Amino acid sequence: MTMRLTVDWINCKAHGLCYELFPERIRPDDWGYPIIDDRPIPTELEAMARRAADACPTLALLVRMEKSTGP
Amino acid sequence: MAVKLASVSGRHRPVVVANATEGEPLSAKDKTLVISAPHLILDGAALVAEAVGATEVIVCLERSATTATAALQAALAERLGADGVDARVVGTPSQFVAGEETALVHWLNGGEAKPTMVPPRPFERGVRGRPTLVHNVETLAHLALIARFGADWFRGIGTAEDPGTRLLTVSGGVTTSGVFEVASGLLLRDALDTAGLAAGPFPPVLIGGYFGTWLDPRQVAAARLDLASMRAIGASPGCGVVWALPNGVCGLAESARVLRWYADQSAGQCGPCVNGLPAIADAFGALVTGQRSAEAAAYLRRLLPMVTGRGACRHPDGSVRFATSALRTFAGEVDLHVRNGPCPASRQPAVLPTPRGGGWR
Repeated sequence: MTMRLTVDWINCKAHGLCYELFPERIRPDDWGYPIIDDRPIPTELEAMARRAADACPTLALLVRMEKSTGP
Repeated sequence: MAVKLASVSGRHRPVVVANATEGEPLSAKDKTLVISAPHLILDGAALVAEAVGATEVIVCLERSATTATAALQAALAERLGADGVDARVVGTPSQFVAGEETALVHWLNGGEAKPTMVPPRPFERGVRGRPTLVHNVETLAHLALIARFGADWFRGIGTAEDPGTRLLTVSGGVTTSGVFEVASGLLLRDALDTAGLAAGPFPPVLIGGYFGTWLDPRQVAAARLDLASMRAIGASPGCGVVWALPNGVCGLAESARVLRWYADQSAGQCGPCVNGLPAIADAFGALVTGQRSAEAAAYLRRLLPMVTGRGACRHPDGSVRFATSALRTFAGEVDLHVRNGPCPASRQPAVLPTPRGGGWR
């Protein structure tokens, strides 16, 4: 399984916690909405990704586990 | 279509939605099809319903399309319920994104005609929570014809990968605007010729409507109207709109107005769309004035990728595609506007329609 982050764009209100908590993979755009690095998240960063998702006040940062599709 | 059908087959009482909302301002093919062959659409919808075990068919048209709605209702009455399904016609709000399938389902469920996040997709959870198939009415008409005459007959025209015909709405700088049924893979220039494009150099052409792509004259000369050929030049036949830029009309100014319309048509739900689309429109406005043009162009290079793919629906992506292809197609005009200021044509009244939305309910 590989982990990816996606955004529920309707619920995202640009609180900005996600890129504070997980700058390795999330950065803000010009208006404070998250730009997500689309690459799968390596195991050692998974805990940080979950922490960022849990911290989102509108629960708009979503953790998706996908079947690995090979290298 | 086979994928969509398979996804709901065997699931409990799916719902079939025939989509003729046609929110593209330049498109008339769905309304024309509904008026000229309503039974073909209902045949197709009945076939889909039978295939997936649906007992409910909902045909959606814009509320403002009164002639098409009347034609469909008359046809429905003529069928005397022989399809064995509960079929009805509903009038939807006039909004560009209202025809997007999640928006349509949300509205049918009593909400605003605005897109929702996926998953769940309508085929997973749609009208009243039931698996819902949303098909364009042209697709349903094709299905009805295939059922009647067979797959070989259908494949007798068009390309191997993209068989059959497609409906085009051709307008702009042509003498005979209207809806044409053409073989898939036809040369775009032949379609334009049929609609009475004046002799001379090819004009830029907008293909696929506002959700589509500007083609420059060189592309127009060579383009073919099938999916693979269009894909190869970064375009799609999409809804089948073909709009030839008329002589003496400023494509840059027209594009700027459409991009402002794009911003105004946002459902207002997603940050990158709410913020990004007005910014794109502003930057195009600067390109039209010719002032601070280099800054606007540099900003657009950074802005356009920032907006793409970041919303519940593809509305922002449509704005970006339109803007990107306009920048490429009208690069010469951008330079001219820098050198000479806005051209006289850009001060003329708008030619491309930018209808105001009619509310979300």
